[in-house]
Amino acid sequence: MSALREPEVDLALAREHGLTDEEWRNILEILGRTPTFSELGIFSVMWSEHCSYKSSKVHLKTLPVDGEHVLQGPGENAGAVAIGDGLAVIFKIESHNHPSYIEPRQGAATGVGGILRDIFTMGARPVASLDSIRFGPLDDARHRFLLRGVVDGIGGYGNSVGVATVGGETQFHPCYRGNILVNAFNLGVVEADKIFKARASGAGNPVIYAGSKTGRDGIHGASLLASAEFDDTTESKRPTVQVGDPFTEKCLIEACLELMKTDAVVGIQDMGAAGLTCSSFEMASNSGTGIEMDLDRVPQRAENMTPYELLLSESQERMLLVAQAGREDEVCEIFNRWDLDAVVVGRVTGDGRMRVRWHGETVVDIPVDPVARNSPELRRPTSEPRGLREQQKLDLTAVAPEEDPDEALEALLDTPNLGSKAWIWRQYDQLVQGNTVIGPGGDAALVRIKREDGSATDKAVALAVDCNPRFCALDPYVGAQAAVAEAARNVACTGARPLALTNCLNFGNPEKPEIMWQFAEAVRGMGDAARVLGTPVISGNVSLYNETDGQPIHPTPTIAMVGLLEPWERHAVAHFREAGRPVVLLGENREELGGSEWLALRRGVEGGAPPRVDLEAEARLHDLLGRAVRVGLVDVAHDVSDGGLAVALAECTFSAPDGAALGARIELDDGIRVDALLFGESTGRVVTTTDDPVGLLELAAEHAVPARAIGVTGGDRLRIGRPGGAPPWIDRPVSELRDVWAAALPRRLEVE
Amino acid sequence: MKAVVTVMPKQEVLDPQGKAIQRAAGALGHAGVQDVRQGKRFEITLDAADREKAEALLDELAEKLLSNPVIEDFQVESIEA
Repeated sequence: MSALREPEVDLALAREHGLTDEEWRNILEILGRTPTFSELGIFSVMWSEHCSYKSSKVHLKTLPVDGEHVLQGPGENAGAVAIGDGLAVIFKIESHNHPSYIEPRQGAATGVGGILRDIFTMGARPVASLDSIRFGPLDDARHRFLLRGVVDGIGGYGNSVGVATVGGETQFHPCYRGNILVNAFNLGVVEADKIFKARASGAGNPVIYAGSKTGRDGIHGASLLASAEFDDTTESKRPTVQVGDPFTEKCLIEACLELMKTDAVVGIQDMGAAGLTCSSFEMASNSGTGIEMDLDRVPQRAENMTPYELLLSESQERMLLVAQAGREDEVCEIFNRWDLDAVVVGRVTGDGRMRVRWHGETVVDIPVDPVARNSPELRRPTSEPRGLREQQKLDLTAVAPEEDPDEALEALLDTPNLGSKAWIWRQYDQLVQGNTVIGPGGDAALVRIKREDGSATDKAVALAVDCNPRFCALDPYVGAQAAVAEAARNVACTGARPLALTNCLNFGNPEKPEIMWQFAEAVRGMGDAARVLGTPVISGNVSLYNETDGQPIHPTPTIAMVGLLEPWERHAVAHFREAGRPVVLLGENREELGGSEWLALRRGVEGGAPPRVDLEAEARLHDLLGRAVRVGLVDVAHDVSDGGLAVALAECTFSAPDGAALGARIELDDGIRVDALLFGESTGRVVTTTDDPVGLLELAAEHAVPARAIGVTGGDRLRIGRPGGAPPWIDRPVSELRDVWAAALPRRLEVE
Repeated sequence: MKAVVTVMPKQEVLDPQGKAIQRAAGALGHAGVQDVRQGKRFEITLDAADREKAEALLDELAEKLLSNPVIEDFQVESIEA
């Protein structure tokens, strides 16, 4: 047994741990003494931006989190909403940006693993994943490598663990050159009265560690350790990237769900960021209790691990749970049957303190609440970025009109942002578990809900994830509103009613007032939109410091929306299904080109004000869609977003899952400039088809939604033009447009 | 020249393949198999002016192509004329 040799703890070491002088003084006051090395590690991770949300909390508090169907809002592993008949769905989105940049395959894989654990920790069976991923331009070999690795990692983990990846979004922009984004979403199904929470109640109850063994994975402050006069452990022994094991995760899912059918579990929490430390503190703090732990009992993969390492390791596929006293053998037996380690590592106490022993020595003895709850809350200064007002000004008269709309459409469909993402999602298992009604490629995914016993229901959930970072850079308030509105609109296009959302807020360095301003504005926009659309924010994640060499990413508040559709058989799809169907446009075409793909691609300008968002009109539009699909008035609905109306219409003609093409003849006579009409990205618009245009227009009028017939499906060409005999602006065989669109990613990736 | 390069997961990185083999060994009744780590072995034939140049080439190859230095270590085991 080796004696513990630890560095001397002082202010300098605290600073190296990222703690401020004020935080150091707080620690001394809380403890009434100098912390041990392990205690310092605990304070530094618990009060880190990642675990404490210290910069963001003050803003996040303003978000609407309640609703009659909300069973669990932010603060637990994930949020929960009731979907009727005693069932609930649990969902969350989370970032794994930095690890994915360092090691794309494992970084993305462990991102998927982490979000799955957040879901089944609460007692739900994970049924569907989405992934929102962003990279630099694909002419950069490094970003081709990153995209391949991330997609491989998502597929490798998700496919192996048996959870369908049913959708997502992928974008490319130079602002992500130094910081890619990997945001993973998962949704699970649970009986509403069987949701488990992170609790450690009942003094004397055993604390049980289950799952993989602990190794030296992702321990924070690795550089510090390497210089801290331990033994001569080399840097190569201290990976900051963790490797995941989906087969262990699958066993963990089944073991946990089996265990939760018994009444032996008091509370449960997965060990994610900051591992054993974060999970034990949160559980004790949630219950006003304390925990006593003996680190020698923790299953260990590496030899001679120190208490500091055991407490801060981020090894994957591990859970911490509190069981009813006397039932520990029963609990451990279930895990053992699934070939997983499970041991009692401590017990709950009533004195509100965290006491940790190692080799008979007390290495941690601190009060729980001041660490878990009284974490710092900062009001960082905000200021509008200089030059933003100038950037928002766009004199349309100075923008040369599009000379060749036909060519412009083809050029847009050929961009990686608007082109087909099939190269990506073909690598994902979209069907496992057998509930996917609409998979990737539509506006929203649609997934049937089954009970845990396998019996069917007539419910389905619609899932969509959206953000337009260019809008957010130009105006974070409007951009965040647009993200919420678009995600809800996508969900509504299936016929589902948007229920609630989860968000992943990816921003730059919050210590810069301009970044903090972007953050505050985006949260304000998201909150306003969520309130009007009646979709509370039930979970989320904040990822700050996404910048390299002082270059921040565009503000990227990713919004994942969940809606409910019942009965699921009656739903709309995003591609034209039948020839001879009238095409009806819902919403208004406005002369808005600010922040559009067209402006960036054809005029090289990323400027102007983003299209305005009329939230009340959006809410009416979503209601109308739900009603129209339910009564059978609408069988196709596709939202107009990136690339504008022409791109949306083109997508309707060729995006059928079986690759079938069905043309349309469209006539538009809005009195606005033609490029804005075809490629402007005004919000609140949906292309639909119907067999009863009169009925649909009447229903739209009832909902005060502007609507008009703009053409009819049929043939093998897409023609868009003015009414009358004038030559059309766009007149192309659908198959040609489809080939360009389909090749956008492969032709850029298949170069090596 | 003929050279052999091995690539192994870093000492402290989880090796799910090795773990699976160790478990399977247990299932075959070999409870004595306590730990398995799985790596790769590369046998490379190359044309290089001298041993020093060969070593430099192999190092570069191993670092940039044969291994993922974030989670793996490599070792040039042998070089024979």
